[in-house]
Amino acid sequence: MNKKHNNEQKPALTAGIEEIKEIKHLTPGEKIKKFLVNNMVTILFVILCGIGLRLSGLSMAFYLNDIVNRIARNSFLILALIIPVMAGMGLNFAIVLGAMAGQAAIIFVTHWGFGGPFGILLCALLAAPGALFLGWMTGRLLNRARGKEMITSLILGFFANGVYQLIFLLMIGTIIPMQNEVLVLSSGIGLRTTIDLSDGLRYGLDDIIRTPFPLFVLMFSAVALVVLVVLLVRMRSRQLAVDAPKRKKLIMWSVFTLVLLGWSLMTHFSLSQINLVRVPTFTMLVIAVLCLFNIFIVKTKLGQDFRSVGQDQHIAQVSGINVDRTRIQAIMISTLLAAWGHIIFLQNLGAFSTYGSHEQVGMFASAAILIGGASVSKATVGHAILGAVLFHTLFIVSPLAGRNLMGDAQLGEYFRTFVAYGVIGVSLGLHAWRKLIQSRK
Amino acid sequence: MQRIRDRTLSKESFVLQMDGIGKEYYGNRVLNDISLAIRPGEIHGIVGENGAGKSTLMNILFGMAVIHSTGGHDGTIKIDGKPSHISSPLQAMQLGIGMVHQEFMLIPGYSITENIKLNREITKDNIFSRFAGERVKTLNVEAMQKDARKSLDTLNMNIEEWAVVSGLPVGHKQFIEIARELDKTNLKLLVFDEPTAVLTESEADRLLDAMKHIAQAGIAILFITHRLHEIIEVCDTITVLRDGHLVVQKEKENTDIYELAEMMVGSRITDVTREIPDISAKSTILSVKNLQVDMPGESVKGVDLEVKEGEILGIGGLAGHGKLGISNGVMGLYDSTGTVMFRGTPVTLNNPFSVINQGLAFVSEDRRGVGLLLNSSIELNIVFSAIQAHNEFVIKRGPFSQMDDKAIRAYARKMIKDLDIRCTGPQQPTRRLSGGNQQKVCIARALALKPKLLFVSEPTRGIDIGAKKLVLETLVRLNKEFGMTVVMTSSELAELRSICGRIAIVTEGKIAGVLKPTDSDVDFGLMMAGEINAAG
Ligand SMILES: Nc1ncnc2c1ncn2[C@@H]1O[C@H](COP(=O)(O)OP(=O)(O)OP(=O)(O)O)[C@@H](O)[C@H]1O
Ligand SMILES: [Mg+2]
Repeated sequence: MNKKHNNEQKPALTAGIEEIKEIKHLTPGEKIKKFLVNNMVTILFVILCGIGLRLSGLSMAFYLNDIVNRIARNSFLILALIIPVMAGMGLNFAIVLGAMAGQAAIIFVTHWGFGGPFGILLCALLAAPGALFLGWMTGRLLNRARGKEMITSLILGFFANGVYQLIFLLMIGTIIPMQNEVLVLSSGIGLRTTIDLSDGLRYGLDDIIRTPFPLFVLMFSAVALVVLVVLLVRMRSRQLAVDAPKRKKLIMWSVFTLVLLGWSLMTHFSLSQINLVRVPTFTMLVIAVLCLFNIFIVKTKLGQDFRSVGQDQHIAQVSGINVDRTRIQAIMISTLLAAWGHIIFLQNLGAFSTYGSHEQVGMFASAAILIGGASVSKATVGHAILGAVLFHTLFIVSPLAGRNLMGDAQLGEYFRTFVAYGVIGVSLGLHAWRKLIQSRK
Repeated sequence: MQRIRDRTLSKESFVLQMDGIGKEYYGNRVLNDISLAIRPGEIHGIVGENGAGKSTLMNILFGMAVIHSTGGHDGTIKIDGKPSHISSPLQAMQLGIGMVHQEFMLIPGYSITENIKLNREITKDNIFSRFAGERVKTLNVEAMQKDARKSLDTLNMNIEEWAVVSGLPVGHKQFIEIARELDKTNLKLLVFDEPTAVLTESEADRLLDAMKHIAQAGIAILFITHRLHEIIEVCDTITVLRDGHLVVQKEKENTDIYELAEMMVGSRITDVTREIPDISAKSTILSVKNLQVDMPGESVKGVDLEVKEGEILGIGGLAGHGKLGISNGVMGLYDSTGTVMFRGTPVTLNNPFSVINQGLAFVSEDRRGVGLLLNSSIELNIVFSAIQAHNEFVIKRGPFSQMDDKAIRAYARKMIKDLDIRCTGPQQPTRRLSGGNQQKVCIARALALKPKLLFVSEPTRGIDIGAKKLVLETLVRLNKEFGMTVVMTSSELAELRSICGRIAIVTEGKIAGVLKPTDSDVDFGLMMAGEINAAG
């Protein structure tokens, strides 16, 4: 009777109507309204960021330096959230478990005294089996908690943190032998609360290649332009009616990249301070590869299975897709990516709190991707990147803006903490509100 | 009981043999010792009342999870003479069994191609698939579209293969499901569970033709329907089920519609008849002026219609001419323009909620689409809309309001009796009802709104011939006792003529004329064909 399971909770009279409305032709006014409602969260944060940037009085060069660093640091983690959303499992707060695997690898590699790019590679290899195993466990658990995946993954994160503390606070030095005066507490049992990476893994990935910002933009926009043009040409040769809106978008982007190209050329040959901003290019490349991976997956059989399962588990099952396995795979990939993402995160920070730095990973990444315009049922690479930019811009400007407003540096610090949690609250709240509005319609 | 098996000597020639199949759901026995056998190219019809166990039997054959999560089944299944334990749909598909389910198995957000090729996507190699395996092969969208095109073409469907499924008319969706099954290359046996219930008569005819075609290619077909003439038209052999028991198995030549109907229900069925009240003096309750509705496949191009207070008005016409669009347009489900006045006040178009608040209600022809709350009880489903729209079945205690359980229970019991909803009680979750009985719950839900005016589209589709009569009688009774005006859209002329006082015929998006139920078949035929205009 009812062909859609996720429709069940809707009032009986609206189910189905929404779908029909979807395809009807809209007037420009309606289009704008729809755009505003659909992108409410993102638009609000763009405005907030704009105001914050003005109030903070930051110079362009300073802001760029900070934001580029933070994007390189955090994007990979945010991108790790996309696949579970595609598979209909919502925001995977359990990426915390992946982060733990990554962090554990870093601890051991640091203990063994490796650093630099090789150290990072070693971390990545070491973290992988652990992350995959944790992902497998998480996936199995989430399969038993159908429909409540998000809250389950959130609670699982807290629970896993307990286990993590048990291991690194009590088992190190007792069950797991570790002789290291720098890392282990003076009693010989348990790790110190902060671990410094400055003599080892710090910037292990970032420092492989660093390029001045304009040059980086120049290379990036040149490559992007080539790709766009190739896509456009291919589309022209196909001449399908479905492509028309896509073509418009592509042309828009091409124009935008051309502008970027021009700007970067001009800046590169000027004496602008922006030339002093140095981009961790290799890290950016790694992130770009992950973006491409996410795009690639969508076009594969595996990606199609993720989407089918995400759209309707029952129908997927009836068509012979192994729903449980597919969902577990989605979580395993996400957890593995989170482990690697956290390694990138920590090598950029250079020091971390042993028992705390992984805790908020799931929350922050989720908040960022929501700000970028994702929802619990749809998330793209674009949402992730835009979210990273907006979230961190707010992070950078809010303490300064707070200080300039209130005239107290300490107040600015409070403001930063407040913003960090406020952002999550507001974005989840706005997200819920938007859903409510949509379901009313 | 006459067993078909006895007719042939070689058992090997059967595609499917089911033997002694039985099934119990939560201690409730719904199937008892059912056996049947089919040869390649044979069309085997299965008929029975709503809840007789037809879909359950097919679910067993297809290895559906609902069977195995409720304790499996008794009996054995042989495919091509080999005993097969079918424990999942995947296994059924690998054995060459295809199924068009009673409920839609299409992903609304996917394109037609993606749906047809669901889990059978064509892939091509890429650099990664060489070491990462099959599943990271890239989808070959072009090849998939070509295949989809081919199976759509075999069904004569000239719809774009990349169109998104949601929003397509129900009939199209049904054909897409069939196209999906046809696309399977190893197909030996195809199950159709009430495929025609959502189709108009002409679409159903096309489907029957397609079925004959498929059977000619050597594929065996199991066909479930409540329209007995369809059974007579295409089936070679027929099984009749009643209350989970096999009543009889016959060849088509040895039976007819009347005998089948009698065996299904256990008694002769009489027609609904009623005396038609005189409405000429009554005031107009609903007036429709220049209504245009943009409903795909059923667009309305300027309809003027007056509905009198207390009448039962029929709307008939051929499929695709827009008769379904009128009620959908007035109720705000599809984009429409024009003026609609209800009891003197204008109706806001394109807004389903305000229409319901004004006292109109609608039983859509797409009852599979306007969902029930499947995990909730029958009684809650029945009163749900009434609580939402009119605050009925609610007791107020100061600032709190509470559901009036007693009133709800009593009302649900009455509806269950009136419409003969086969269930274990008002608290049974609707998920556990048979398809036809779920449809009756939908009708009961609309009636609970106590509308001043009720639009019903295809009220008896998917409902067995015994219950059909009950549904029509209930409409007539509500009309008589509460003065509820009814506008019934139907593609079954006999149904319209049995209870309507006037019948408006729609051709090419406009009202061609209004006829009396007593007018001759010729008049109806000519008007539907567009030969007479504004005769009434
Ligand atoms: N999931 C389920 N759980 C419990 N009982 C069920 C379930 N599905 C069906 N039943 C019961 O099994 C019986 C047979 O149902 P079935 O769906 O096979 O009927 P049907 O012959 O297909 O009827 P219809 O013509 O209405 O589709 C009904 O009494 C129904 O209530
Ligand atoms: Mg059924």
